[in-house]
Amino acid sequence: MSTPSIQVPASGDTARRFTPNRWRHVHERVIESLLFLAALSSVMITVAIVVMLVYESLGFFKHVSVWDFLTDTQWTPLFSDKHYGVLPLVSGTLVTSGVALAVAVPLGTIIAIYLSEFAPHKVRETMKPALELLAGVPTIVYGYFALLFVTPILQKIFPGLPGFNMLSAGIVMGVMIIPYVSSVSEDAMHAVPMHIREGSYAMGATRFQTAIRVVTPAAASGIIAAYILGISRAVGETMVVAVAAGMQPNLTWNPAEPAATITAYIVQVSLGDLPHGSLEYQSIFAVGLVLIIMTLIFNVLGHWLRRRYREAY
Amino acid sequence: MLEVPKASLSARTPHTGPETTRLKAEVRQLNFYYSGGVHALKDINLTLAEHQVTALIGPSGCGKSTFLRCFNRMHDLYPNNKYVGEIVMHPDNTNILGPKVDPIEVRMRISMVFQKPNPFPKSIYENVAYGLRVRGMRRRSQLDDKVEQALRGAALWEEVKDRLNDLAFNLSGGQQQRLCIARALATDPEILLFDEPTSALDPIATASIEELIHELKEKVTILIVTHNMQQAARVSDYTAFMHLGELVEFGDTDQIFTNPRQKRTEDYITGRYG
Amino acid sequence: MSDANINEIRRLITRHKRWDKLFALIGLLAMLVGVATLAVLFIDLLIDGAPRISWDFFTSFPSRHPGSAGILSAFVGTCLVMLVTALTAVPLGVAAAVYLEEYAPRNWVTDLIEINVTNLAGVPSIVYGLLALGLFVYALGFGQSILSAGLTLALLILPMVIVATRESIRSVPGAIREAAYAVGATKWQTVSDHVLPYSTGGILTGVIIGLARAIGETAPVITIGALTFIAFLPPAPIKAEAPFVSADWLFAPFTVMPIQMFNWLSRPEEAFQINAAAAGVILIVMTLAMNAFAIWLRYRFRKRIKW
Repeated sequence: MSTPSIQVPASGDTARRFTPNRWRHVHERVIESLLFLAALSSVMITVAIVVMLVYESLGFFKHVSVWDFLTDTQWTPLFSDKHYGVLPLVSGTLVTSGVALAVAVPLGTIIAIYLSEFAPHKVRETMKPALELLAGVPTIVYGYFALLFVTPILQKIFPGLPGFNMLSAGIVMGVMIIPYVSSVSEDAMHAVPMHIREGSYAMGATRFQTAIRVVTPAAASGIIAAYILGISRAVGETMVVAVAAGMQPNLTWNPAEPAATITAYIVQVSLGDLPHGSLEYQSIFAVGLVLIIMTLIFNVLGHWLRRRYREAY
Repeated sequence: MLEVPKASLSARTPHTGPETTRLKAEVRQLNFYYSGGVHALKDINLTLAEHQVTALIGPSGCGKSTFLRCFNRMHDLYPNNKYVGEIVMHPDNTNILGPKVDPIEVRMRISMVFQKPNPFPKSIYENVAYGLRVRGMRRRSQLDDKVEQALRGAALWEEVKDRLNDLAFNLSGGQQQRLCIARALATDPEILLFDEPTSALDPIATASIEELIHELKEKVTILIVTHNMQQAARVSDYTAFMHLGELVEFGDTDQIFTNPRQKRTEDYITGRYG
Repeated sequence: MSDANINEIRRLITRHKRWDKLFALIGLLAMLVGVATLAVLFIDLLIDGAPRISWDFFTSFPSRHPGSAGILSAFVGTCLVMLVTALTAVPLGVAAAVYLEEYAPRNWVTDLIEINVTNLAGVPSIVYGLLALGLFVYALGFGQSILSAGLTLALLILPMVIVATRESIRSVPGAIREAAYAVGATKWQTVSDHVLPYSTGGILTGVIIGLARAIGETAPVITIGALTFIAFLPPAPIKAEAPFVSADWLFAPFTVMPIQMFNWLSRPEEAFQINAAAAGVILIVMTLAMNAFAIWLRYRFRKRIKW
């Protein structure tokens, strides 16, 4: 049997037909580099944020001592008697966020458990997007609602409540944050495998017992992530508190009073004249740095908690 | 001499005189339909003898797990499943498939060990105590006693007694399965269902669980599904062979394996299909 | 099991099942709080603001007299800023996502990039304003302009665009890519001719949802110094004389809808608050319409392409 002959083309032919197109190669590399730069932009943005905040804060701290900044109980940079203690702004942020979380965490968690373990399929399909709508409303509209609808109602319940107060802003912020908490928690619970639930039902547990004793602990890691998301959102919120809680710095832990948050102060200053390089200009970066650090602390705390309760199934 | 009436394909199992061993449960004309109308179990008649091990064998897809899960109403967890027929528990004569019977009540009397060990993401202690807590037991001393008793019953106590607060996930596969057995035992069930309990385990773990089953039957009635015929022959007193949703043959394990009466049974046992 | 035991079990179960019913009720009530708030908010806005909405309202500039004030400059400002935002965020976000999905090797650089994208999604929006103030307004000299605002909001929605694009790209089956490579296409040709066109639906959806978010953002735009009282429009991009196209509008002072609403809200006169409500209604309608459009788009694209 003769071996089939394979025509091997003369090397000259091959070389010409299969030589890589030099231009195309370069073209590919250029495109890849451009795409890489685009992706790198996210890193560059983070770096830019940090650099910008630190740079201007350094300028700020040339004029105001860090000690004063952290311990003075008054924040009056726009008055003639200038104090630069950041505590009133921090207390404003913490109190409004605290009220918001007091609303969003219980309601959000209950809704998540209900949607994941109790609700019939159709209810879950309609309610999940309905609740996400809450997150889609512009925050200035929530500010309007808090100032002109919720505050008057609260004033009827608590006579003597000032027109600007942290309670109203906090409650509205809380409702606004519910979908952040409920959606992520519900996803975490829904991801708990069915065979774990079956193990619980097989022991004679009711739906409520299974949801609370087995599914929720199993989803703990995801639920914590949801709470951290809610906290970050609350701490960073601007317009609701700027409109409804007022812009007067006030070192207090009583939500029935007006106060300014870090974010509200930045807005207040930005609304006026802001000469580049002035102390007022630098002050918004300094408090912005505090805000970022607060968010970072919560995120790190959340990350640590998540690792402790990592789902292991 | 034990004499358990043999089931035939269609007749109801007759009860005979005082020499018969006590029955724990009777399955009468059981049919089961999955949602969508799939007729998964066809006219099954069977008896479970008390304090004996009954094995369900058959090729994949024959319905043995489906049948097992009827006993603790697991199918109720998913919508649109339908039971037709009865499973009657003795001595109270309750039909556990009855529409007025709460599945939770059934599950408090009948426990299950699953194919893949599924301990809760909790400590070893809390896993075993779960069934007790669900029933409202709260006193620590009571719980301690029952947990120890259950862990001993599952031959796990010696290995874990010093680390009861460790997470259950840190145990090996075989230990996890024994933990699930302890969990199922803690509530003193009347019937213990095993759904292919060793298919996910290595041979040594398998052997320890088979030995455990042998000891457990003194306290509980056991129904075990297994795809491993040798296991059924080693472990059970009675064997039921299922095929395509039907109960083909049921009887004494020795008789089934040495002298099967149905051709299909013989074909399966000799490995002609499976 | 004795009768007494069985009865005890039944009593226990009845007691426990009460919790089932109670919790189901509580769950429904909790959801009701959310949904009711949304409804009440919207109805309240409508009642206060809807009567004020008229053609005049749309075509007038803001003024000291609430009765003759309108949102023309704010509306045009919003549209122009959104234009810049879209034109910046889409290429940057899609390019970044393409790199991460198609080109990036598994190394620490890629991890760093991915961590940053996740991180940036959680940064408070006002911090983007601070960044933009220092970087765009002063360091790069763009001033307090539409360009700065557009770029700021583009950075804000960048993580959203990247995530949506990545998911979209991921859903294109590997078989399609293999088919393209098999006929000799280069990586970029595969991406630009096959992967991207098939992902367009998901990308568009993500972009529109991002823009819907950007429309309502007030804080970062205030921070870069958008003025709140603008009674004129930016210069038109088309001019009568050479060179016929001008980019002056990019650098003009401006305002946007949420800021206009904020400005009116801050005035004590009730008539201005009615204006604020009217602006709010328009804002919500725009946001909802964009979200609904995005969802419809996603549905349409899913129907057309069946993998």
